[in-house]
Amino acid sequence: MRYLPHSDHERADMLGVIGAADIDALFSAVPKAALNNFVLDLPAHSPEFLVEAHMRALAGKNHAAGDGPFFVGAGAYRHHVPASVDHLIQRSEWLTAYTPYQPEISQGTLQMLFEFQTQVAKITGMDVANASLYDGSTGTAEAVLMARRLTRKNKIVLSGGLHPHYRDVVKAYLKNDPDLVCLSPSPNGQGDILEQIDGNTAAIVVQTPDFYGHLRDLKAAADAAHARGALLIVVITEVVSLGLLEAPGALGADIVVAEGQSIGNALNFGGPYLGLMATKKEFIRQMPGRLCGETVDADGNRGFVLTLSTREQHIRREKATSNICTNSGLCALAFSIHMALLGEAGFTRLARLNHANAIALADALDGVPGVDVLNDTFFNEMTIRVTQPAAPLVERLARRGILAGVPVSRLLPGDASVDDLIILAATELTTKADIAALVAALTEELA
Amino acid sequence: MSMNTQGRPTGIGTLGTSASGSALLPEEPLLFEMGDTEHSGVDLPDVELTRDRLGGFGRKTKLDLAGVTEPEAMRHYVRLSRLNHSIDSGMYPLGSCTMKHNPRLNEKMARLPGFSDIHPLQPVSTVQGALELMNELSHWLMTLTNTAAVALSPKAGAHGELLGMMAIKAAQEAKGEAHRTIVLVPESAHGTNPATAAFLGYSVKPVPARDDGTVDVEAVKAALSPEVAAIMLTNPNTCGLFEPQVIEIARAVHDAGAFFYCDGANFNAIMGVVRPGDLGIDAMHINLHKTFSTPHGGGGPGAGPVVLSEALAPFAPVPFVRRGDASLELVEHIEDQALGRVTAFHGQMGMYVRALTYMLSHGGDGLAQAAQDAVLNANYIKARLQHLFSVPFPDYPTMHEALFDDSFLKGTGVTTLDFAKAMIDEGFHPMTMYFPLVVHGAMLIEPTESESKQTLDRFCDVMAELATDAKAGKSNRFTSAPVKAPRRRLDETRAARQPILRWERPAELPRAAE
Repeated sequence: MRYLPHSDHERADMLGVIGAADIDALFSAVPKAALNNFVLDLPAHSPEFLVEAHMRALAGKNHAAGDGPFFVGAGAYRHHVPASVDHLIQRSEWLTAYTPYQPEISQGTLQMLFEFQTQVAKITGMDVANASLYDGSTGTAEAVLMARRLTRKNKIVLSGGLHPHYRDVVKAYLKNDPDLVCLSPSPNGQGDILEQIDGNTAAIVVQTPDFYGHLRDLKAAADAAHARGALLIVVITEVVSLGLLEAPGALGADIVVAEGQSIGNALNFGGPYLGLMATKKEFIRQMPGRLCGETVDADGNRGFVLTLSTREQHIRREKATSNICTNSGLCALAFSIHMALLGEAGFTRLARLNHANAIALADALDGVPGVDVLNDTFFNEMTIRVTQPAAPLVERLARRGILAGVPVSRLLPGDASVDDLIILAATELTTKADIAALVAALTEELA
Repeated sequence: MSMNTQGRPTGIGTLGTSASGSALLPEEPLLFEMGDTEHSGVDLPDVELTRDRLGGFGRKTKLDLAGVTEPEAMRHYVRLSRLNHSIDSGMYPLGSCTMKHNPRLNEKMARLPGFSDIHPLQPVSTVQGALELMNELSHWLMTLTNTAAVALSPKAGAHGELLGMMAIKAAQEAKGEAHRTIVLVPESAHGTNPATAAFLGYSVKPVPARDDGTVDVEAVKAALSPEVAAIMLTNPNTCGLFEPQVIEIARAVHDAGAFFYCDGANFNAIMGVVRPGDLGIDAMHINLHKTFSTPHGGGGPGAGPVVLSEALAPFAPVPFVRRGDASLELVEHIEDQALGRVTAFHGQMGMYVRALTYMLSHGGDGLAQAAQDAVLNANYIKARLQHLFSVPFPDYPTMHEALFDDSFLKGTGVTTLDFAKAMIDEGFHPMTMYFPLVVHGAMLIEPTESESKQTLDRFCDVMAELATDAKAGKSNRFTSAPVKAPRRRLDETRAARQPILRWERPAELPRAAE
């Protein structure tokens, strides 16, 4: 077995040093009824080329996004990742390092996290960011709990424009909580969340661009929330939008949560992804997850450490701000490298390119008989209404090699009013030819 | 260049070529000290937006985001990487953390476009291979644990723990027993256990450990009551011991109408040798990044699938894979399902690929051998060091990790922390320190199955020499350590008292473009 270093001879020598008769002697604390009392019905070890063949066969059964025109978004986005990003994150010293608990020999990871926190703070317009959470959805649930700790109030209002999966995750985290109000999603972008704010409200949660692609007025939401002593949590599933849209921090957001997958990270069928969280300086002691801070070493040299760990589970145990132990360090590294490569100029150009392609897509879809583009505003994603049930239509288009977006019924099952809606995204990877192929296929299918 | 009292450069604000101890290990400035808002390492067409659809929400504030060119980025991140210790550069004997070899085949497979370039919401008919992979991984996990179901989606061990306890809570409520508000947690538990229980609104009741480091079934029985919802037990436990009374504990817990949550962080010690289902567990998370070799990546991503007993299987969250008539189906929604969803999509697919690749490479036989070798290695270290170090729980063979306390350092002026830092100067990553909390000045060493006898011998030689030096009064070697690392000891108090969590532009450094 290629991963195990011992020969049988060495094993025998080691057992001799230990003074054990055989390996079972080392498992003597295991109750007899449970030790080796079964036949493991699993394949035996396999050479590398056979494992690779098996995995390639599985991969080959999937239609990769790059195989044809692709317009799927709704919380995960296909962007170009520069070759240097994937090369760098595969360096052993990044890939196979542990959490930087020994700062003297983990300065690489720590400095990177400090830079990552700075980048996230800058693009969101907030004071500080943490060193990443699992993903945007769990980050949203954590933000909600954080808002309750900060305000000592209970009511949470989720906008109807929040991604339905995010809503479901918050519901799971706040199980059976009568103070959680979930507004119905509206494909037309009309929200009445501001009317829900009262004196018991800890926070309102607003996503922009929302789940249907509409841009939301964060300033109005922040003002209304703050007037009643509530916080505004802003959720962003497409972080590239921040290259073109005003920073939530500049509009009054108290906590910003984003899915960072779009920058530096592949689609990966849903994970691993990367939760970004940023907030105001005065709230950092209630922020969950890891934080990296600057300090000096015994020689006076600048260095970095994990800090404010008095909020964390390994010290506070049942009083911790969250039970989080792992972050998404490697995904944060990919994000940080890609962001360093983009810089302000590149990030802005990337956002413009996304928006321009989305405008081209919207214009083209507008011209298809039987298609109604519902959005007045959008960044790179929009919702269309078609003249027949959307899910089978998307399935037929997939059979033609075109992945034409997400039928809303998949995310809101049981709601008949959304059966004819499809959410489509364009990114910098969307070509004129892709759009032309979609338009031609849609025109035929809807004729 | 500014210098410190020893005449070494401070590294603050210095660029590129300045040296700290070694000319080939340069001080690396922060990204923001080397890049600016005009540089970019990507070449994107700069489209003119003659109109927009932003509805007046366009950005007016500046990003002030530094960029670098591709060659500068390569150097920055390569240089930073060299300041890290990693499992590929040396042994990582962290107890309870399982730093084992990360096969590169895993990485290669995870990057196949058929896995990495598929979207969680593209039509299910176009991702049948991905669902097959999830099914196959589930089969391995259920077979290795002898359990009825598995929820793949949790993003990390602690997240899996949360899900497992949510399932227990939902099951108790379904039985009409929502009044059960207490969770028993042994003192030796991971900090995530009490945090998770409290997170779900439970009050945490500690169960004391016996003098031998294990949990006493009588202590569990004494703590059980009609208000107890579950016990959270780690097995093998954080002292590196297999709980000898685990079957009796499970029976007592079940008899009292409670569930048995097992923290599976240490499953690597028993995989293929003991099936947790045979011990009576109801739920257990499995850290794919520990047990099944997906890399830790400097702190993540993890993956924490949870196996469930028959009793808890109905409370598994969505999504899960089900075999339909002609194809595999992805169940993403169940009407009135108790738990719903714990993450947006289907979990850590990239980690599933790596873990299954590792499982297939090792096979069932290899996984069992790996567990046995991990246990062999830990006992070997214990055997070689026990005459110099103090062993708090000598009654049982250790499992995959060897635990020492600091009583052998009594009177030397050397602390566990000092000892750990001295290991750095000898080229070893320190062991886990001060955990588990039940032991004073704990040193928890987990070699894993990856380490050869030669490496273990070298490690033991160094540890023995350090122990001898400490006892001989050569305390300076410890209290001044490390001296050979990229940094000396860092001031953690200062970092916490005056938190600096991001770079701020110094007044003398104007923005490039306004």
